[in-house]
Amino acid sequence: MSQIPTKAKRGRRAARGFFEKTLGHLTETLEHTLFAEEIARQDGMLQSLDPRAKLLGALALLIAISLSHSLLVIAALYILTLPLAAASRVPMGYYIKRVWVFMPFFTGIIALPALFSPFTPGEPLLTLIDLTSPRVYLAITVPGVVTAAFLLLRVGSSVSVAVLLMLTTRWVTLLKALRTLRLPQAFVLILGITYRYIYVLLHAANNMFIARRSRVMRRMSGAENRRWLAASIGTLFTKSYALSDDVYLAMQSRGFRGDSHVMGNLEWRRADWLWLTGSLVIATAALWVGR
Amino acid sequence: MHIPDGYLSPATAAAMYTVSLPVWYLASRKMTTRLTGRSVPLIGLFAALSFVIMMFNVPLPGGTTGHAVGSVLAAIVLGPWAASLAITVALIIQAFFFGDGGILAIGANAFNMAIAMPFVGFYLYRWLSGGAVTPSRRAIAAAVAGYLAINVGALLTAIELGIQPMLFHDAAGHALYFPYGLGMAIPAMLLGHLAVAGPVEALVTGLVVSWMQRTNPQLFETAGGVTQGATGLSRWAWTGLLSLIALTPFGLLAPGTAWGEWSREGLQQLGLGYIPEGFDQWSNLWSAPFSGYDIPALNNSTVGYLLSALAGVVLILGVIFALTWFIGRLRHRREDGRTG
Repeated sequence: MSQIPTKAKRGRRAARGFFEKTLGHLTETLEHTLFAEEIARQDGMLQSLDPRAKLLGALALLIAISLSHSLLVIAALYILTLPLAAASRVPMGYYIKRVWVFMPFFTGIIALPALFSPFTPGEPLLTLIDLTSPRVYLAITVPGVVTAAFLLLRVGSSVSVAVLLMLTTRWVTLLKALRTLRLPQAFVLILGITYRYIYVLLHAANNMFIARRSRVMRRMSGAENRRWLAASIGTLFTKSYALSDDVYLAMQSRGFRGDSHVMGNLEWRRADWLWLTGSLVIATAALWVGR
Repeated sequence: MHIPDGYLSPATAAAMYTVSLPVWYLASRKMTTRLTGRSVPLIGLFAALSFVIMMFNVPLPGGTTGHAVGSVLAAIVLGPWAASLAITVALIIQAFFFGDGGILAIGANAFNMAIAMPFVGFYLYRWLSGGAVTPSRRAIAAAVAGYLAINVGALLTAIELGIQPMLFHDAAGHALYFPYGLGMAIPAMLLGHLAVAGPVEALVTGLVVSWMQRTNPQLFETAGGVTQGATGLSRWAWTGLLSLIALTPFGLLAPGTAWGEWSREGLQQLGLGYIPEGFDQWSNLWSAPFSGYDIPALNNSTVGYLLSALAGVVLILGVIFALTWFIGRLRHRREDGRTG
């Protein structure tokens, strides 16, 4: 079974400064992408589909989730993704937790005040404070709950669809899909280069942070830290500049003249048509039911 | 500032894509004509770089930490067009691979962070650093530009979010998307950005610019030339325009109405005994989106006035920009025809 990156594994989070936070974030991203790549290589249902069908199907679902005026329909669309995830060997715990445990830290906090009467007045569901003099009134209202539920469900389901697409599609094939869907050549080429060099720069940044960590004995002042951070960003800037020169020369010496060719063609099979039609039908049905 | 999917209605998301698309198109045209193949790895690497920089946690004096966007920094080094493309690519990868910002919301996020921020920041930096630059003035100009540009981005984000409950709710009046109006979204967003994210952006932009001037000055001198900046004359024109926008709320102080611009009620107040028939017939033909230069949901006529002025200027500049581009294309084509 594949290693699932969890927050707990990285050890205690006590007294983490900017330094540990950044280092943690960098490692987490590296882990996360490796994990995604590993799942995308497995032999599952969504992995076997053509990336174009998957991309278009995911977009149709996202639009349906976004347009629906019914909470039930959004919830149903989310529930539909669960068997898909299972059939594609995405670890269920990870799939559910990734969205519903970590999302509330951001969207949950934003949705929270909407529950209460000062922000969303209306029929009370649960009256918390009701004083006549001085007049203080605080209640959780029905429209408040509906509003907050719309936001949370919509965000959670949209993120789930994106996560499912990302976990089951290798970046290289997704780029190929974008190319055949008529996105500008240069743009797709840039996306490819970017994705490749994110790792290089992540590693470089990671090494810089670890190198410094192992050389520093005392507590640094805020100003020192900021200067060091500026210097490391500056170094990365210079490095990227030099690297882009090297990459260009390498591209030229391999015959790059402004456009590129992809090896290995994508092929639509019956399953891909089935999948695409299926997701379009479901999206349309969801829209019709959830008007 | 990354808006996830579910916060914006599809209509808003689509509108933001239509706003961002022409800029992406122009930017990629500019890049390919200016630098040919060389710009592909350059933009690719800087997109990767800004992706990594967005992960850095920056310590502020006082103990809080925050993340920088780095759009202004990229714009100062690469020029605004290349920076715009690079940040857009970084945002796309964040949306697809890390669920950071929505896929349908890429248009909106790119407009706020990859278009508004680098352009506002770049031209502010140009203007503040002036012609003959000393290193310290450059660094300070960069810091100020970073601070202001991220707040412009935050304001745009807040406006996009704040118009949701006004425009989109179900039959029972429940907000379907972002639930708080402009009156709440703008202060909440700006408070955080004026106090934390703004200083972070200012620190990163200013310190890195000053570091690069010390270590790699020639990169600095040549790189700005990737795209051309504002000339002396247009700098003054922009200053004038911005100060005019800032002054618009003074219009609220002036009594009465402009001569010849009476409304139906105004005509009655003037003591005119009757309302001209044609006036009655036509005055309801068009109802303005910001009637009276005010946005009612804001409950604040000064802010409403400023936003109306800003919206108007953006609209007019957009039309002028589109026209110039179109005329330029026509001329270009005619010249092509002549030589070819």
